[in-house]
Amino acid sequence: MITFQSVSKIYNSHSVALDDVTFEITPGEFVSFTGRSGAGKSTIIKLLIGEDKPTKGRIFFSQYEVNKLSDNELPAFRRHIGVIFQDFRLLPTKNAYENVAFALEVSGRPQKEIQELVPQVLDMVGLGDKFKNLPHELSGGEKQRVAIARAMIHRPEVIIADEPTGNLDPLNTYEIISLLEKINQLGTTVILASHEKEVINALEKRVITLDRGKIIRDDKIGKYILV
Amino acid sequence: MFTVVSRVVHYGFKNFWRNGWLSTATVAIMVLALLMFVGLLMFGHAADVAATSIQDKIDISAYFNTNTSEDQILSIKQALESLSEVKQVEYISRDKALEIFKEAHKEDSVISQGINELDTNPLEASLNIKAREPDQYASIAQFLDTPNLSQYIDSVSYFENQVVIDRLTAIVKSVERGGLALTVFLALIAGLVVFNTIRIAIYSNREEIGIMRAVGASNFLVRGPSLVEGVMSGVLAAVISLIIVAPMVYVVSPRLKVFIPGLDMLGYFYANIFALFMYQLLFGVGIGVFSSFVAVRRYLKN
Repeated sequence: MITFQSVSKIYNSHSVALDDVTFEITPGEFVSFTGRSGAGKSTIIKLLIGEDKPTKGRIFFSQYEVNKLSDNELPAFRRHIGVIFQDFRLLPTKNAYENVAFALEVSGRPQKEIQELVPQVLDMVGLGDKFKNLPHELSGGEKQRVAIARAMIHRPEVIIADEPTGNLDPLNTYEIISLLEKINQLGTTVILASHEKEVINALEKRVITLDRGKIIRDDKIGKYILV
Repeated sequence: MFTVVSRVVHYGFKNFWRNGWLSTATVAIMVLALLMFVGLLMFGHAADVAATSIQDKIDISAYFNTNTSEDQILSIKQALESLSEVKQVEYISRDKALEIFKEAHKEDSVISQGINELDTNPLEASLNIKAREPDQYASIAQFLDTPNLSQYIDSVSYFENQVVIDRLTAIVKSVERGGLALTVFLALIAGLVVFNTIRIAIYSNREEIGIMRAVGASNFLVRGPSLVEGVMSGVLAAVISLIIVAPMVYVVSPRLKVFIPGLDMLGYFYANIFALFMYQLLFGVGIGVFSSFVAVRRYLKN
């Protein structure tokens, strides 16, 4: 479903972000990318969602060859993916309901469908009673759950989470990761980038470990191991 | 498609409203630019009218020695009329000149008494000559200066008025040229200022644009709202500037008439109000849409 073929990303001769990376992800998998800061986790995600282009190599996502998508083709492609960021990226002037509805509005869904779907998904992430709260009235964990609701509302094939628990305390971290596991159990592929040992070890899923832009381990049931 | 368009318009209105101060500033600057634009149009019209009325007043007169016969004068008139530069020649006989003189000075008892006490008419017959263009008077004057004509002529007013005529001609020409240059220059500045203001408005929306891109909004949906905002600013600015200009013209018009006779600014304004509004709309909407288009482009790169 997702394939990286000998992908390299070189910003300049002194900083090689990715060095000849090859891997494959099959539908329904839960894959974690781990490694120190600067190992290349975020670069992989940027390349995967088409925010940046690789210097060398090819990236496939279902029928798309991501590295060849033009600016005009990106929007349609992005609707197959839901992305969750460390800094939540909620619109500060919209409440929880509107933030989630926004993702459907921009993909041109009818109003009736939006009114049906949004409450369901907010219920699922456990925010059924906080529809009307603005982002600044929500805790970090709650904000991230709104972001997850927004990412999954249009039923993407893949959810990509870039350090989703980086700003959260252990309890909230646990809840967010449980939510991602639940989404995965419902059949959605989940890709997680995290440098947190506890998160990676608790999952007991596939782990790809990066170091200085290279894949150094790829284990079916992995642990956070850095030598 | 309809859903998307209506959402684009909705977002546009909402952004416009939410960035209230920035929108106000944008509209205000556009209003200033439009006022300048209208002001220059009006000034151009005033200069036109003033120039024509000055040109109408310019003429040269040839005064004939009192012993020249009327037949001679009339044949010179005919010769003048055959010149291509001459628009019109008016013959004023000695009697007519006296009549005009008396009429002009009837309030002044000293002069009118004095002229009545004279037993001969001291005034000379004259030909008033109007040229088609102000810069043709020099050649007409030259024609009158040829020996076979100049023997009858006592004086030609052109040589007395030459400096004044030349200066007026120069002023009319440079006002027309300067006005055009000023219009272009100010329109350019106004355009740049409005462009920058709209760029700032879009910069303050960049977070939302980024999120729209991340959740897969099409380029049309990202770009559309700012275009709607641009159009709104343009329309609002056009309406407001018209509302400001109308009463100003109403007040100023009678005063201007005193300086430049024949200038009916209010009439000109009413006659052209629709065209004026269309110009403003075109200028406002054009610059609003162009600025939004260019300013959003950089956020559509990834």
